[in-house]
Amino acid sequence: MTAPATANALDRDQMAELVARDIPAGSFVNLGIGLPTKVSNHLEPGSGVVLHTENGMLGMGPEAHGDEVDHDLINAGKIPVTELPGASYFHHADSFAMMRGGHLDICVLGAYQVSLGGDLANWHTGRPDDIPAVGGAMDLALGAKETFVMMDLFTRSGEPKLVPSCTYPVTGLACVSRVYTDRAVFLLGDGEVRVRETFGTTFADLQASLPDVELVDATEQA
Amino acid sequence: MTTQFVRDPDAAVAAIPDGASVMIGGFGVAGQPVELIEALVRSGARNLTVVNNNAGNGDEGLAALIAAGRVRRIICSFPRQRDSHHFDARYRAGEIELELVPQGNLAERIRAGGAGIGGFFTPTGYGTLLAEGKETREIDGRQYVFELPLTADFALIKAHRADGMGNLTYRKTARNFGPVMATAARHTIVQVSEVVPTGGIDPEVVVTPGIFVDTVVEVPSAKAAPEEDGQ
Repeated sequence: MTAPATANALDRDQMAELVARDIPAGSFVNLGIGLPTKVSNHLEPGSGVVLHTENGMLGMGPEAHGDEVDHDLINAGKIPVTELPGASYFHHADSFAMMRGGHLDICVLGAYQVSLGGDLANWHTGRPDDIPAVGGAMDLALGAKETFVMMDLFTRSGEPKLVPSCTYPVTGLACVSRVYTDRAVFLLGDGEVRVRETFGTTFADLQASLPDVELVDATEQA
Repeated sequence: MTTQFVRDPDAAVAAIPDGASVMIGGFGVAGQPVELIEALVRSGARNLTVVNNNAGNGDEGLAALIAAGRVRRIICSFPRQRDSHHFDARYRAGEIELELVPQGNLAERIRAGGAGIGGFFTPTGYGTLLAEGKETREIDGRQYVFELPLTADFALIKAHRADGMGNLTYRKTARNFGPVMATAARHTIVQVSEVVPTGGIDPEVVVTPGIFVDTVVEVPSAKAAPEEDGQ
């Protein structure tokens, strides 16, 4: 299988910008390690979005530089960050109570695979020689009212990452509601995969490139 | 028992025997009680079971304890990191046993242990490799996994200030596992940057009440956490 040509596909900053635009003002949001972290660069000042970092903080500010660096103030990726006015600190059990208890509005995560039923695989390749590490991945997957995934639609070797069922070990079942990719935005729910918009491709070409996943055209042109 | 104040980290950890279970606070190096761990390395205690979020970063602290071959078993959520080479080597050599626990389940198991709860049903991990063999239950249409509480013989944690009663405050995200671990160990040992007289901490801002704290040592020159880039 080969991925379609990538002309006019979104780059990573454009994907992050798109996710940021879809986060309602005033939301409590957790951005996962890696690509989702970029979303914070595109949140409008004054949007009132409050960032949660699972190591124990609400109201996380941008990455710290120079004299701002304080090694007691880091994010979940262990990068020094800053605090915004109104920030709060709390211990780990409270931090994960915020997730598990459904108090966060949106969590944005990276993924190896997402199934059409919303199962997420993002913690373990399953290779026997890999040392597994889970961190907060399983908590985050279930830990918000909505879980968004950001990922490329295809692997480097052209395999789709939106799949009928995950072949990698799953992180959580039926937890992903929306998938932002370089080629399209997918809305998951009720057993359907609806395509909200496409980038550098048409719905028909997208469906042709994902023969194992039945898509529903929900683009504006539909 | 009221809180004991000791002179140095070596005196603080002197009672930890071979085979003990030890919770160690910190998320990466933030809140890691490095001087207490260094004292534990010097004490020679071995065959330890360690509970921590990670499995050591770089060459200091928990990484040094692992490198010295003192840890038989580790219960953690995120062992593999860019700078976890000492753990990686011991694990691949089959010299260290790993129990991998999702981070929120780890925190809640410790909280339950300290709160006298006999276990709990959580949705986290349901349907995954980490829930294999565990009891499950459907509650109000949602699937849950049963998790057991975690306690330990000792906890080593780092706080910011202690007063004469052992009441603690923490600094920023260095708080992380400290407050729950303090409750879940039979003997909690705390290193603080500063000891203040009783009454020197506003009771309204105490995070860990002194009842959970057994031993305090002041480490005023606590080293700044080193640079790191792992996750």
